[in-house]
Amino acid sequence: MKWHVLRPLWVAIGLVGAILVARVFLVPDDFGVHGKNFTYGYYRLSNVQEWVDFPVKYQGREGCVECHEANVVTLNASSHAPVECENCHGPGAHHPDGIESLPLNTTRELCLRCHAYLEYPNSARGSLISIEDKRHRRRRECVKCHDPHDPGEDT
Amino acid sequence: MTCSRRDFLKDAVGGTLATVMPLSAFTFLSHSEARAAVQESKVRWAFLVDTNKCVGCGLCVKACKNENEIPYDAEVTRTWVERYVVTKDGNTHIDSPMGGRDGFTSMEVDGEEIDPDNIEKAFFVPKLCNQCDNPACVQVCPVGATYQTNDGVVLVDRDWCIGCGYCIMACPYGVRFFHPVHKVADKCNFCYHRISKGMEPACVECCAFGARRIANLKDPDDPVTKIIMTERVAVLKDEYGTKPHVFYLGLDANVR
Repeated sequence: MKWHVLRPLWVAIGLVGAILVARVFLVPDDFGVHGKNFTYGYYRLSNVQEWVDFPVKYQGREGCVECHEANVVTLNASSHAPVECENCHGPGAHHPDGIESLPLNTTRELCLRCHAYLEYPNSARGSLISIEDKRHRRRRECVKCHDPHDPGEDT
Repeated sequence: MTCSRRDFLKDAVGGTLATVMPLSAFTFLSHSEARAAVQESKVRWAFLVDTNKCVGCGLCVKACKNENEIPYDAEVTRTWVERYVVTKDGNTHIDSPMGGRDGFTSMEVDGEEIDPDNIEKAFFVPKLCNQCDNPACVQVCPVGATYQTNDGVVLVDRDWCIGCGYCIMACPYGVRFFHPVHKVADKCNFCYHRISKGMEPACVECCAFGARRIANLKDPDDPVTKIIMTERVAVLKDEYGTKPHVFYLGLDANVR
């Protein structure tokens, strides 16, 4: 074969070699088959820990009760007991570092998520106490009359 | 051929040792030891959705977006709630505005007013990643950026994903999306950072009606596992062979 035919071949071989060398430096050491097989378990092992270390934002009621015991006791005794504090108050991750980190949501829309009347006879929605948004005190916030911590007792 | 008594004894002892010695290299493992040896996890995460209990408040979607740092007003979400309204004329009306993030507060389905007298049945179906045993999304990833952990959860390596979108196309359930901030594929991972610390996923914790529950299928004493094993549960798109691990109670044939 003549030289000018061989030359691109050397270039191609050189490129493959360069890629193989670059791969040694670029691919992390912990990259490999760690799971059940190559198809589903070929990955960078340290990424699992990276996901485990992802910050938690919703803390749960146990965190709230330390300072807000009265509210939690009232809530637990009410029909709203299954509703998490953070559903209405927002995720407590950075609370109480800054009080502004937990803006209180008192909008009508929040209550209507569950309490807007939908005429679905065979849905669980039907078993909830509900209002027709357009007919029931249209422009007032629900919390002006109803206590969300103890909805059975109107204020 | 002659064989002296001495030679016979020598050969007998030597032969016995030669056969028994290699055998001692093998140990008989109990079932649990064998499983530990191949590093099989004691956890297999699964999910139970009770569609009979869901009221469509959307607090799970809100919690998920906040917990997992998914841009709140972007039209992408890791979990969503679908509303199905089946009318008496045989039509099924389906909608999920913003994934049901703000709940369902109007009788209008997808901008269409539906006569309440015409409704045969209506219900809500929460959806999320099925954490399949044969995940199609993992199979198609050309760079090994998405994978199945030993406890069954499919994760995305954000540093390694090139954003090609093959996995988004491959998922039969449409749970994957392109993360508008990180510019990589993203999906529900059962709140891996929470379940691995003994907490419940954010959507489970925030569901006031018990419609969403997390289970460890390898723990026979897990109350949710008992429900999955003993009650009549269904999965979505079983015919795809992906072996999904989100189980549904009260799943309707209209749900796709």
